[in-house]
Amino acid sequence: MRSPGTATALTAAGVTKRFGGLIAVDSMSFELADKEVLGLIGPNGSGKTTMMNLISGALKPTSGEIRLYDDGITGIGASRVAQKGVARTFQLVRMLPAMTMLENVMAGGVFGHARRWGAELEDYARALLRRIGLSHAGDTPVSALTYIDQKRVELARALASDPKILLLDEWLAGLNPTELKIGIALIEQLRAEGCTIIIVEHVMHAIRSLCDRCIVMSSGVKIAEGTPAEVLADHGVIRAYLGDADA
Amino acid sequence: MSILVIGLLLGGTYALMAMGLQLQYGVARIMNLANGEILIAGAFTTFWFYAGTKASPLFALLLVVPGAFILNWAIYRMFIFPLVRRAKSQGKLEVDSILATFGISFIAVGILLAIFGGEYLDYSYLAQPVFIFGERYGLNRVVAFLASAVLCAGLYLWLHKTRAGLALRAVSVNPSAAGLVSINVARTSALAFALGGAVTAAGGSLLSMFLTFDASLGVVFTLKALVIVILGGVGDIRGTIVASFILGFAETAVATLIDPGLTLAAAYVLFMIVLLVRPEGLFGRRPA
Amino acid sequence: MTDNLKQRPPMLADMAQAVRGQLVVTAAERRNLVISVAIFIAAALVPLIFGGYALQLAISIVMYTALATSWLLFSGPTNYIALSTAAFFGIGMYTVAGGIDLLPYPVLIFGAGVMGAAMATVVGLATLRVSGVYFVIFSLGLAELVRQIMTWLQHVLGTMSGLYVTIDRSETEYYWQLLLLTAAVFLVGWWIGRSRLGFALRIIGNDELVAVHCGINTAIAKVILFIISSAFASVAGALVAPRWGYVEPVVAFSPFVSFQVVIMALLGGTQRLWGPLLGVVPFVLLWELISIEFPSQTTLLLGVCFLLIVYVIPNGLTGIVEDAMAGRTDFRAQLSDAAKRARSVVNDPQANLGKPIREALDQIRANSAELGGTVRDSLRTAIERWNSRNA
Repeated sequence: MRSPGTATALTAAGVTKRFGGLIAVDSMSFELADKEVLGLIGPNGSGKTTMMNLISGALKPTSGEIRLYDDGITGIGASRVAQKGVARTFQLVRMLPAMTMLENVMAGGVFGHARRWGAELEDYARALLRRIGLSHAGDTPVSALTYIDQKRVELARALASDPKILLLDEWLAGLNPTELKIGIALIEQLRAEGCTIIIVEHVMHAIRSLCDRCIVMSSGVKIAEGTPAEVLADHGVIRAYLGDADA
Repeated sequence: MSILVIGLLLGGTYALMAMGLQLQYGVARIMNLANGEILIAGAFTTFWFYAGTKASPLFALLLVVPGAFILNWAIYRMFIFPLVRRAKSQGKLEVDSILATFGISFIAVGILLAIFGGEYLDYSYLAQPVFIFGERYGLNRVVAFLASAVLCAGLYLWLHKTRAGLALRAVSVNPSAAGLVSINVARTSALAFALGGAVTAAGGSLLSMFLTFDASLGVVFTLKALVIVILGGVGDIRGTIVASFILGFAETAVATLIDPGLTLAAAYVLFMIVLLVRPEGLFGRRPA
Repeated sequence: MTDNLKQRPPMLADMAQAVRGQLVVTAAERRNLVISVAIFIAAALVPLIFGGYALQLAISIVMYTALATSWLLFSGPTNYIALSTAAFFGIGMYTVAGGIDLLPYPVLIFGAGVMGAAMATVVGLATLRVSGVYFVIFSLGLAELVRQIMTWLQHVLGTMSGLYVTIDRSETEYYWQLLLLTAAVFLVGWWIGRSRLGFALRIIGNDELVAVHCGINTAIAKVILFIISSAFASVAGALVAPRWGYVEPVVAFSPFVSFQVVIMALLGGTQRLWGPLLGVVPFVLLWELISIEFPSQTTLLLGVCFLLIVYVIPNGLTGIVEDAMAGRTDFRAQLSDAAKRARSVVNDPQANLGKPIREALDQIRANSAELGGTVRDSLRTAIERWNSRNA
């Protein structure tokens, strides 16, 4: 089935990001193993999304290094990082509004890590939509889809590039309980297929059930690392989330 | 040495037109391609004033500044505001306002041509030499520079010491946040636009003391003002002033050492350098 | 990890498949192609029927169609208003004028395209990586800048300010050359639309951040488009150089060319490849009129045209045409909607029938002539039920 591989998919070494006087990410170092699902959690404003933006290349680190399967990807720009095999979803879902569902998925599969075109691209996109569980006709405009379906399209778009690493930035946010179950099952499916994923989440039971390992950030710094159970019982983590009284 | 001084004198006077555009683009967020024409209108009005009254052109400012303020307020209300209202995104507004102000600039040129004809206009005022560091310079340039410095300083103080100025600076940093602290963004933008036009026209008025103008020169001045604003950084007054001096100096150097017909080329070289090296300008905020 | 490398077919087969993919057309596309070819053939026959003044106008129309459509190739997808057409047009003219004594004319035409592409590369790489506004400003002064440099160069090299191009060609030849250029522009535009580049541009136009994260180098995509668009403008200049005969900077780089091209393209509409054509024809004729009747107010009237387009016809003539066509289908949808509402209200025993049914009925009565079969039936049923309830 699946077992975390031995190769290191992603290395972050001393990654720091400053915005003027504000240090959003402070000397973060961690490793992501091949086929592992890593949870990145922490209170609001702890720098999780900034970290995701640094990995995906949307932001350039002020200092530090990021390597993808031992290939340096620090500061090369988001489009090149995507071509090398990092795909992501966004905190607020970003559809291509004037395009159909199928075209949205196809968009991910042309210029990224996998480069398909024509009939081959279309077939692959359709297969992905089926795999994700969307049964609408391919030419449905995305503006007509529900929020969970749009999120699925975004996920399919990310998968269309055969990424080496998938970044899910609060992908389960804003879902009602039924949709949440579907969403978690979907990520579980990806995990079973051997995808390497970094999940930023606030939904704790999803973190517990999906992640092999967890890293906790607070004010830009890593304050805990370990299995979800270990990390969520850690006093420092509880204090970061809830304050001193509940530690 | 003389290049340095002339360049500084020129740059200092350019500062006004750049400030005007800074107010219009930085605060009201309208790329006003008719900026140069407002400058020309200020220059022509001063010429007409001087030709008619023979009084110091500095008095023309009393006419030009309020006149330009009212004119630009009217332009904003009639032409720009409908675009702001109907624009679905900042990008669409930029495109629309560029085209609209472009159209206005043509109409302005047409009107100026109709009133003043196509010849070059200049007048001789305070053309006596004055000596600085042992070289002679036109007194008119010095006076224009001093007047410009006074006006710029006044503008700077107003922006930093008054509530209205604070509102303007707030809107230039973040319009939606400014709206949340109950600043009337629409009104502030209109004020900024009108004020920008008045400042630019004042600049034209002062420049007319030592430069020759014709109705079609507007575009060149618009471009120079833009290069200054971009070089200095959108939204930053200090940047505008520093960049004005840089451009004035570069232009004078090129005109003296290479060829006087390449002044625009000098501005464009600066433009290219900014775009390639530091697109946010000297003092601009780097987008995250 | 390295799986993808193994999956890739050899490069030649890849390219062949890409070309084959490009050539597959749908029925609708085939129809459009046939119509386009028919129009071009009809256009080609024009010089055989008309001569003199009409032919001169036709030459203007064809030249501006080439310029406006190639302008659209870049400014349409990116929404950056390029004001630089005159700069490239002038470069094309000067390539011919400067080289006419050194190289054969056909080589110079190609050379003009190369020069235009080279300048577009420099300008594009410098300006297209940052906000679109800076590009527009840069392009505004580009023609003026090139003119200044040209003047200075000629001054330094000691040549006269104007250059003669003495090639003898008939008006018909100019017309056909420009028509061929226009056909090439359309062909390239069509090809781009179906290509990866076209897809990339659509994605960029929808959401640039998503485009970047899909692996698209957005700056390069825009630069490539800009190069293609500008090269065509240069070739147009090269083709027209011998017709004007005497080339000097003030005339070759006249900014009016840029502005008129923009107006024509906007007037026609920027959402369709054939949009500019729709704007060129009326505008060329209108401008002829203006040049004759109001020669000293051309600048002012140009400004008025700009304002009219921004405020009155923001979507161009194609927008108006397509809105009119969409209005009819839209209206049918509205009616069938009204029918559904009427039916659901009638079938609901709890519903308060009065207002919704009355509104639907009014809509029906006002437009009964337009109704389609099923819509009419369901409405009839609704009316009957309502009548039976309220008899």
